[in-house]
Amino acid sequence: MAYMHIGKDFTPPDVPGKVTGRIKYAEDYTREGMVYARLLTSPIPHARVVDIDASEALEMEGVLGMLTADDCYPDGEPQSTGLKMLTNEPTLVGEPILAIAAVDEKTAETAISKISVTFERLPFVLDPLDSLQPDGADAYNGGNTFVFRQGFAEEKWSSDQVASFRAGNEPTAEPQQTVAYGDLEASFSESSYVYEGTFTNAGYPHMSMEPRSALAYWEDGKLYLHGGSQSLTAFADGIAGVIGVPKEDLVFVNAATGGGFGQRARAGSIPVYGVPAKLSQKINRPVMMRVTREEEFTIGGARQGLTGWIKVGFKPDGVMAACDLWIVSDNGGKGGGADAYSAADCISVLYQADAVRFRGTAIGTNTAHRGAQRGPGQNQIAPIISPILDVAADELGISRFDIRKINTPMNGDVGGPQRTPFTSAYMPEALELAAEKFGWEERQSRRRQTNGSKVIGLGIGQGYHNAGRSGMDGIVMMGADGRLKVHNGVGNLGTYSYASTSRAAAEVLKMPWERVDIITGRTDLHLPITSPQDGSNSIFTNTRTFYGAAQDMLAKMKEIAANDLGGAVEDYDISNERVHQISDETVGMTFAEVAARGIEIGGKYTGSAELPEELAEWTQIAVSRLAGTGFMGVFHDPQHEGNPPGFTVTCIEIELDKETGKYEILDLINVAESGTIMHPKGMENQLVGGAVWGIGLSGYERHLYDPQNGMPASTGYWQSKVPTYLDTPVKIQTGWVDLPDPENPVGARGVGEPAQGSVSAALTAAITDALDGHIFGASPITADMIINHVAGTTENSVPLAQNNFRG
Amino acid sequence: MNPQLTRRRFIKGVIASGAAATTTATWYSATGQSRPSGFVERLVRINVNGQIRNVDVEPQETLASTLRYKLGLTGTKLGCNRGECGACTVLVNDVPTYACSVLTHSMKSGRIETVEGLESANGELHPVQQAFVEELSPQCGYCTPGQVMAAVGLLRANPNPSREEARHALSGNICRCGSYDSYLDGVMRATELTG
Ligand code: FES
Ligand code: FES
Repeated sequence: MAYMHIGKDFTPPDVPGKVTGRIKYAEDYTREGMVYARLLTSPIPHARVVDIDASEALEMEGVLGMLTADDCYPDGEPQSTGLKMLTNEPTLVGEPILAIAAVDEKTAETAISKISVTFERLPFVLDPLDSLQPDGADAYNGGNTFVFRQGFAEEKWSSDQVASFRAGNEPTAEPQQTVAYGDLEASFSESSYVYEGTFTNAGYPHMSMEPRSALAYWEDGKLYLHGGSQSLTAFADGIAGVIGVPKEDLVFVNAATGGGFGQRARAGSIPVYGVPAKLSQKINRPVMMRVTREEEFTIGGARQGLTGWIKVGFKPDGVMAACDLWIVSDNGGKGGGADAYSAADCISVLYQADAVRFRGTAIGTNTAHRGAQRGPGQNQIAPIISPILDVAADELGISRFDIRKINTPMNGDVGGPQRTPFTSAYMPEALELAAEKFGWEERQSRRRQTNGSKVIGLGIGQGYHNAGRSGMDGIVMMGADGRLKVHNGVGNLGTYSYASTSRAAAEVLKMPWERVDIITGRTDLHLPITSPQDGSNSIFTNTRTFYGAAQDMLAKMKEIAANDLGGAVEDYDISNERVHQISDETVGMTFAEVAARGIEIGGKYTGSAELPEELAEWTQIAVSRLAGTGFMGVFHDPQHEGNPPGFTVTCIEIELDKETGKYEILDLINVAESGTIMHPKGMENQLVGGAVWGIGLSGYERHLYDPQNGMPASTGYWQSKVPTYLDTPVKIQTGWVDLPDPENPVGARGVGEPAQGSVSAALTAAITDALDGHIFGASPITADMIINHVAGTTENSVPLAQNNFRG
Repeated sequence: MNPQLTRRRFIKGVIASGAAATTTATWYSATGQSRPSGFVERLVRINVNGQIRNVDVEPQETLASTLRYKLGLTGTKLGCNRGECGACTVLVNDVPTYACSVLTHSMKSGRIETVEGLESANGELHPVQQAFVEELSPQCGYCTPGQVMAAVGLLRANPNPSREEARHALSGNICRCGSYDSYLDGVMRATELTG
């Protein structure tokens, strides 16, 4: 289909501000009378605050006040998992206990040094398997697990059960959750190759580049909060509840966010924004709270660690007959995350196994708080399952490409334990495209070629994430100048989806892009609700809403024209910013004229009447404030049917040095299958960014804790290593299938998360390939693990490693 | 108490914790304001973006702190404030320098350039900035000013770098969004723009 905007490159309006440094992130703001907050955080992994003596601190000159958990939660702290603003019951090192406001940070820090906090130490645990032991410590007060709607509970296995799992056997304990479909036993009995083994995925921190600094002040009863979030209105809607301020009294200012990969999507992931907000209210001054990199490690969240057992069976023809998955999730100090289930869902979707069983148990540890992080579950399992497919292919005499084609999801298929149909699925096309562009077949002759201590490894991998939601709202406005204003609540986290989704509205109204204004960046510009921008959903979800809002405006334009100029609504069309009769284009009105006329008529044309009934409360507030100020199109998106998948395929060639355990990625292609491509350069960015994340997942990133004291040992970029320019290829190739999805008006689906998973899958497969099919069953695979394997040394002594059998 | 205590060598009971242990990280120890009492700010003259700026500076104040909080040049970002990430990169005498890791006092003879100083007087973007726009190099943009300054420093030293050379020159600048490939596209495009 020929589009005016969709599929075309453009410069999102915030890009010049990013290259000039003019765009403002939360910490770049100042406010007259602004003072500074600093946090006192827990030095102990699990404790109870018995007493706080801040008398000396509060008497210091320049100190303006203190905020504690008692201020934040006058009725008592919530007895559930999840981060809190401040707490008297820390369950991880670095958890904020109190905050001091002072005229400058030096004074605030000096004041903190004069505060004496008496802690009662409580037992702590860093490894979920330790906690499952009969005498294992519990991470939370009241247990080591949290049962939805029931509260904290204790989950224990026998010592033998833990020991047996550690030894690599299928867990025999009762799981907290079981989900299954198909006849597992029968499917395994049809299998001619069965792989069985344990695996581990280390948790690792989110580490977005911009720490979670925030500025808050109150004016005329309204809270102005400058922060950074992945989502704008979805986040604001939630953070109002966390802080306890009515939605209509919160102005969330967030023109740009310095990176968001899951942990900055939802209000629950950044309750610490409540600290400057409440301090500001308490002392009646604007409060800036700058957050350090170390604090960001703690409050910034982390990926769940998984410790699992997997059994996969393949029929002689390579069909994946069955997959049995048992996962103990490391839920960290504050609970959170459903990664394990998503891992099973991902295997079911990507490989279409006849039978799948997932069993899982989630256990808390006194480590970083966990939550959704780029492909939570789907991406951890990607590097685990891909090498298994390769070994199965070799065993069955099938090519590694063919085994993926044999098992591929495609149009008309269902996926996941819920057996949900895909809205569309073009994975076979993605596999073919990636293989062709990469020259996968031709490169097979290089497989395992050696050059001294170096050996070539080839890997292919697939990624998946559900990539679309619905049920949100859209608003577009037009004034008498005829410019289209897209009121867009999508956050600016670096994907440019706030701009791409706005182009769906421009497309409907055939508006030149330079005549379109995106109204965004702060919620007092009256923005509709969006879904949180996690789960790769923004493009699918919000093109639906803005397309719908523009369609509403278009219908209203035709109505006005038909009323004023005669004829029926169907007799009218638009072109060149005019609504005109189809049969005689001279009979019509300019958009500016029709907008002015709509404003004159008022009522439904200006959002004052006949609104969609289902608008979210947040949108209702926005519409009520916009009502009467311009010509309005407004839309509530109904639910869609099916699972809109985001797929990627990656091919990698590496040269691995068996002497150093290091490898260089010689070539990498990352191909997307995510419906219609909205913005090619934006897509490239997602594919190359996902690739870097995939390289980090497979090779580098993990957090480490000191087992003696529970201290985090990897609070910086150099300790929990984020890949650098030199860890990534000189050039990353990209590509896409670009076939429309029927459940989206412009055919688009998301891709952010799978872009990581497929790269991790392919890279781990390439490492396995270079090492003659050795399956590590782990992410990351570090250089020392490779060296140990090559040397034939067992790799069970990594003193600080967490969430895995090597700990 | 849980019997696990003994095995884990927990200290049983209640302990009083001193503040030195209670805060995991200070802000101003890094930015130079945790100085012993009695120290005073001194007026220094520094050359920033071609202008002589007189600014009161504390003894251990970092250049990043001065730029951001005294001179309002917030284009220089702080990602880590401890020399790990490169977000604070500025040029000092044309050399890319982590502004979080040098003291303003040591800059008296330095020619400091920040991202705000790159545009021409008529508002035209520097070729590196223009190339980064054209190639959509930034994602979230937080590392972008640092990447821009590292790239400008590279092109001054080597106007025609290979992609591999650019990759090494920028390797002190982390991008958590993983936009390295797009930044390198930007650097290569900039070499074309500068001809
Ligand atoms: S802020 Fe200076 S290197 Fe990170
Ligand atoms: S663009 Fe986000 S950190 Fe580089």
